Amino acid sequence: MKRIVVVGASAAGLAAAETLRREGYDGTLTLVGDEPHPPYDRPPLSKQVLAAEWPPERVRLRPPADLAALGLDQRLGVAATGMDVADQALRLADGSVLPYDGLVIATGVRPRRLPGEGAHVLRTLSDALTLRDRLRPGLRLVVVGAGFLGAEAAAVAWKLGARVTLLEPAPVPLAHAVGEEVGRVLSRAHLERGVDLRTGVTVTEVTEEGVRLGDGREVEADEVLVAVGSLPNTEWLAGSGLTVADGVVCDQYCAAAPGVYAAGDVARWHHPHFGVRMRIEHRTNAAEQGMAAARNLLNPEAAKPFAPVPYFWSDQYDLKIQAYGYLRGHDELAFVDGDLAEGHFVAAYRTGDRLAGALAVGMPPKTIRRWRQAVAAGASWKEVVG
Amino acid sequence: MRVELDEPKCVASGQCVLAAPEVFDQRDEDGIAFLLDETPGADSLDGVREAVAVCPAAAIRLAER
Repeated sequence: MKRIVVVGASAAGLAAAETLRREGYDGTLTLVGDEPHPPYDRPPLSKQVLAAEWPPERVRLRPPADLAALGLDQRLGVAATGMDVADQALRLADGSVLPYDGLVIATGVRPRRLPGEGAHVLRTLSDALTLRDRLRPGLRLVVVGAGFLGAEAAAVAWKLGARVTLLEPAPVPLAHAVGEEVGRVLSRAHLERGVDLRTGVTVTEVTEEGVRLGDGREVEADEVLVAVGSLPNTEWLAGSGLTVADGVVCDQYCAAAPGVYAAGDVARWHHPHFGVRMRIEHRTNAAEQGMAAARNLLNPEAAKPFAPVPYFWSDQYDLKIQAYGYLRGHDELAFVDGDLAEGHFVAAYRTGDRLAGALAVGMPPKTIRRWRQAVAAGASWKEVVG
Repeated sequence: MRVELDEPKCVASGQCVLAAPEVFDQRDEDGIAFLLDETPGADSLDGVREAVAVCPAAAIRLAER
């Protein structure tokens, strides 16, 4: 293999590029990214960057010298516009064509938007800096969507003295992800601080004055942040010969076609341990899958299934939320440690007869590690919870 | 090799401890990582590199000599 192209210059793409070099690949390695910045980290955008606690340069993923040492052909600020599996070539927005022997697709996701103009979204560094510069005491901020991103942004804005209204279509925020009981505890964190969390509220559009709700009423705002999930960046793969279905569809080795792999938020792969196709928008998954895709690309004969224990964390107010496993679609939840009434606890999740995952809120992070081990070992619910 | 940990960046995920338990540990109270060995031997190289790669906060750096 002499020419490898990594499309996407964020956590997954960088991990893939680094792993390729570490595993001894010394051919041409092109890193394509549609943003002008060298690889940077996204989780701090809704936390320290939004709070103006960190200058923007603090989010870069590697010091310039470490990046330079990778010997990359960097094409930053240039989006990929198309590819064809049969031709083994990639087309870029600047008209250039990159032939490849190996390809890693890590083009990530972009925010879903609502009809209407003028709302903020929060995905890129530029998004975060724009919203950061507007936040001030007394600002009326409407956040649409009380998922992890919306909740984190609401918490930061509240801390900075903004008057925050958090609008959520579901009856209980995050119930689909972490279960109703846990969703209610996380709701409490907003309500106790005076954030105006309204659930069961749909927002149909962004207006001059704020947002319009499903029932026709308006909620006024000085600024609106829309945090209603994201869409995988796969439009450029139309006609490529790859299968796209809410992400780039891959096998358990993260392969989408011979010599073509996908990693990170954009990849939908078959997780052999959980037995389902999943697409995970977690920071740790981006790095782990970038590494796995790179290794399997270099060694297809000795390919290893990508079977991580997913992990995510979220910081909201003074709460740290951490979870291991695959909680979606769980059948049962049990509180196994801590004190729910006090708002700090560990919840275990059952899917079928197995422990599918565990989530901790406000607990010393070490307490959840043994649960990770149990998930990794494929422990039965009976043996760990009873 | 020398391992550098940017502690204020640490998000207490503990991924480094999973990758190289002989080099990293987490504080009991808040899970923030600390180094057990700032200059680990060659045996730990793969584990430390893994930790650098998987750290979700990009808080670890490996300075090889």
